[in-house]
Amino acid sequence: MSPLHKKLFRDLSSMRGQVLTIALVVAAGIAAFVGVRCTYLSLLESKEAYYERYRFADVFAHLERAPDTVGEELLAIDGVARVQTRIVDAVRLPMEDMLEPATGQIVSLPEHGEPVLNAVHIKSGRMVEAGRSDEVVVLEAFAEAHGLEPGDHLPVVMNGKLRRLRIVGTGMSPEFVFAMPPGEMAPDSARYTILWMSHDAVAAAFDLSGAFNDVTLKLEPGASESDVMTRLDAVLERWGGAGSVPRSHQLSNYGLEQEMGGLRSMANTAPAIFLFVAAFLLNVVLSRLIALSRPEIAALKALGYADRRIGLYYLELVSLIVLMGALLGLAFGNLIGGAFTQMYTQYFRFPDLRFRLDNGVYGVAVAVSLISGVVGALGAVRRVVRLPPAEAMRPPPPADYRRSFFERSALFAMLGQATRMILREVRRRPLRFSVSVLGIALSVGIVVVGRFFADSMNYLIDEYMQSAWREDVAVGFLEPVSMRELHSLEGEPGVFRAEPFRIVPARISFGPRHRDSAVMGYSAGSVLRQPIDRDTNVVPLPAEGILLTRKLGEVLGVSIGERVRVEVHEGDRPTLAIPVAGFVSELAGLQGHMRLGALDRLLHEQDTASMALLSIDPARYDELLRRLQDMPGVVSINRKAVTVERFRRQSGEMNHIFAAVLAFFAAIIAIGVVYNNARISLSMRSRDLASLRVLGFTRAEISRVLLGELALQVVCAIPIGLWIGRKMGEGIMSFYDAEMYRLPVIVSGSTYAFATLVVTAAALVSALMVRQKLDHLDLIGVLKTRE
Amino acid sequence: MQDEGDAATTREVVLAARGVTKIYRMGEVDVHALRGVDIDLYEGELLVLLGASGSGKSTLLNILGGLDTPTSGHVRYGDWELTHADEAELTNYRRKHVGFVFQFYNLIASLTAQENVALVTEISEDPMDPTDALGLVDLGGRLNHFPSQLSGGEQQRVAIARAIAKRPDVLLCDEPTGALDFRTGVAVLSVLDQINRELGTTTAVITHNAPVGRMADRIITLSDGSIQNVETNATKAKPSELRW
Repeated sequence: MSPLHKKLFRDLSSMRGQVLTIALVVAAGIAAFVGVRCTYLSLLESKEAYYERYRFADVFAHLERAPDTVGEELLAIDGVARVQTRIVDAVRLPMEDMLEPATGQIVSLPEHGEPVLNAVHIKSGRMVEAGRSDEVVVLEAFAEAHGLEPGDHLPVVMNGKLRRLRIVGTGMSPEFVFAMPPGEMAPDSARYTILWMSHDAVAAAFDLSGAFNDVTLKLEPGASESDVMTRLDAVLERWGGAGSVPRSHQLSNYGLEQEMGGLRSMANTAPAIFLFVAAFLLNVVLSRLIALSRPEIAALKALGYADRRIGLYYLELVSLIVLMGALLGLAFGNLIGGAFTQMYTQYFRFPDLRFRLDNGVYGVAVAVSLISGVVGALGAVRRVVRLPPAEAMRPPPPADYRRSFFERSALFAMLGQATRMILREVRRRPLRFSVSVLGIALSVGIVVVGRFFADSMNYLIDEYMQSAWREDVAVGFLEPVSMRELHSLEGEPGVFRAEPFRIVPARISFGPRHRDSAVMGYSAGSVLRQPIDRDTNVVPLPAEGILLTRKLGEVLGVSIGERVRVEVHEGDRPTLAIPVAGFVSELAGLQGHMRLGALDRLLHEQDTASMALLSIDPARYDELLRRLQDMPGVVSINRKAVTVERFRRQSGEMNHIFAAVLAFFAAIIAIGVVYNNARISLSMRSRDLASLRVLGFTRAEISRVLLGELALQVVCAIPIGLWIGRKMGEGIMSFYDAEMYRLPVIVSGSTYAFATLVVTAAALVSALMVRQKLDHLDLIGVLKTRE
Repeated sequence: MQDEGDAATTREVVLAARGVTKIYRMGEVDVHALRGVDIDLYEGELLVLLGASGSGKSTLLNILGGLDTPTSGHVRYGDWELTHADEAELTNYRRKHVGFVFQFYNLIASLTAQENVALVTEISEDPMDPTDALGLVDLGGRLNHFPSQLSGGEQQRVAIARAIAKRPDVLLCDEPTGALDFRTGVAVLSVLDQINRELGTTTAVITHNAPVGRMADRIITLSDGSIQNVETNATKAKPSELRW
């Protein structure tokens, strides 16, 4: 081994504290980048594979009833490759382990062979057998939630009749990855399910023998989706077609895309921020470390080593540190990626969801770190080797100080000498100080980034949802009911107030653009639900016309005064043209809001409601529930507290783990920065500090000089870091423009406090470590050397 | 104990060392820097410690000044036994009683001349005004200059002002002229001589430059860690009369 290589390993060993903290900064950056990005890519890959393998359809359409022969007609449409006709209908499951009944959809399977499209992946048990009218395959998540296994029986209300079906298998399908009851904001595997049953059995139950009420299509490569949909809708119009839906708007896929879009914006931004912060700090720390080796570099030059060889030496030093960080980062990244993916398997049901490390992502992370480290190191080396060896062997010329205007002021005269030393150091090297402050500020910022998403979600849940839904219970009816029937609910046990509410499922379109959504109808004087904007202010409803979610207005490209087309998906299915009266900046969903009276006039109905909003005495809920369950026509009973709690659980778990992991990495980065700053300051100022010790300053007093500078950096960095964190949050959210919900950037006081605490704690730990070094300052050695 | 000379015997002992040895362990080799040195510093005297490089004079000065502790032997300051003092006590000793001047000045670059002196007066009990201290070394006109704006001689004078501003009982100077040219060196020695005379501060000056001994009350020569010779000057030369 050459002497330089021996020196390399000894230097690494003698600087192990610094080497380790720098490697950890690199590791934290790489781990966050690799862990989050590869989780996203794993999900994406699993989804694509799932869709491909189980033949997820391109176009979906529901209708009232069409004879089986219409299927042939559909296959003849230009651009259609395959057609799968089937029966899909709503069911209710009065589960013994739940007060409220579960709901779901039953989907027919061909009597023989696999479905042409949307095949079922059997997780346990087997597929239903032809001709068996009591066999059913149930959604795996639902089976898990209720502890059901093949062989168990399931009570199912089909077309008004209660049946006891035997579970022969559990399964999943690309169509129902995100199995969400319509109108809900979060999937609930216990309360919503999909059942697959043989075609003949379903047809018998729903009186649809020789007919179908649902169709899915696969398009030929290159076929125009919109052309096919137009032709399809034209054919199905006769059969009560509700309007076809492209894959992009299919409920499960839409939800999945929205969720993955959120994850994608997170995966594209937060890890990149981490990686670049780490890379920046690596650059700064290494360049400072090398600036301190100036006399050594000069000595090597004097001995005849070429600049190139010296450069190579530092290249090796930096590469080894980055390599250490890269290996640690790989291990951490795999660990958190595995954990994130594991959590997602609870959320997105794919047959094969495993964390896969993407070599490209890992390569980018290592390359960014390495390049940043090498640029920082070689920049510093170049500055040193440019000097003639004799000059470089001497430490840099004595610092040049000048008194500023501030220093002539009376205020400055009141400061002690130690404080003056600190302030002058800052003033003399403002760039160095600023870079240190920026480094610490960035680590404050990434703690904020790790937590603000949870804050925004909490705002959505605690402020927004609570203001938007003031009722305790929402009761849904199969068919719209009259006001008289509705107000009779006020006589039920524990009900203080009952308000009508109407949700009309409809396709809202403007020009070529549309969204399948709903129009909400609010009765005059209603207080339990009112349209509210993102700041929870109530938005008054216009006497006529429709208020649209601002995001829906943007999607459709419509302005106030223009008329949107509203194709109603119930009753007589009229198509209405309604003028847009305004927009509401809502945080969730895409919908229209109208006065119930105005809506009724357009629908030629009178005083109808599809939903009753109740304000109740919570103590009498169970009693009320039993009464409601016995009422004919009641299809859903949703307790707000339960819905909100479910949503909180769903979003909370992911966010908290995400925040904890990011905060952990941020703390490592903060320690890395603060500790190395302090160590480098110590090296640069050991002579001054030793002089002070000789003059009779105590250890505590000289610590104050060194750590005072550190404290000043931290104090300046914290407010800047909190601001940076908020700005980074806004940046991330600007990518996160989901149609499902649009989170405001909310950073809570506790997040600011937490970020401050993490970085302060990191600073204290660093200070203690440096303080140890300060106690072992070599007084005599330092004084013997020339400045 | 060697003859300490007549002039000294009439004065009180400020600092006394008995049988002081110092062994540095350099890897597997023991280096004997001091081998049983006995020395007394008398009140108000100007002592010059002569010796070649490696003779142990700096080690002795560091032990006397509380920057280092002996391997064996005793050091007493008045009634205060320094031999077994802990770090905090030694700090307190340096803070209250000892002023140091070093070859390389050791000024704080970020503080002006006045502030460098104030650094010490801030932590002392009965200090001089920094301006007065700088006046004594004839730098009254350069109070607000930073070290980088001062010549080497001026920087050393600031260091002297900083050392004396706390009114130390002992002033220890390690090669104070080592980094200076002849003329500047003489000027710095003049300041030390003047301080010794006007303030009566016990002063010990280390040098390898034998002619400097002529300005001292006593000259102690060290060699290989032991005291080789002690001389007393009947008449002290003025620094301006020195030549080397």
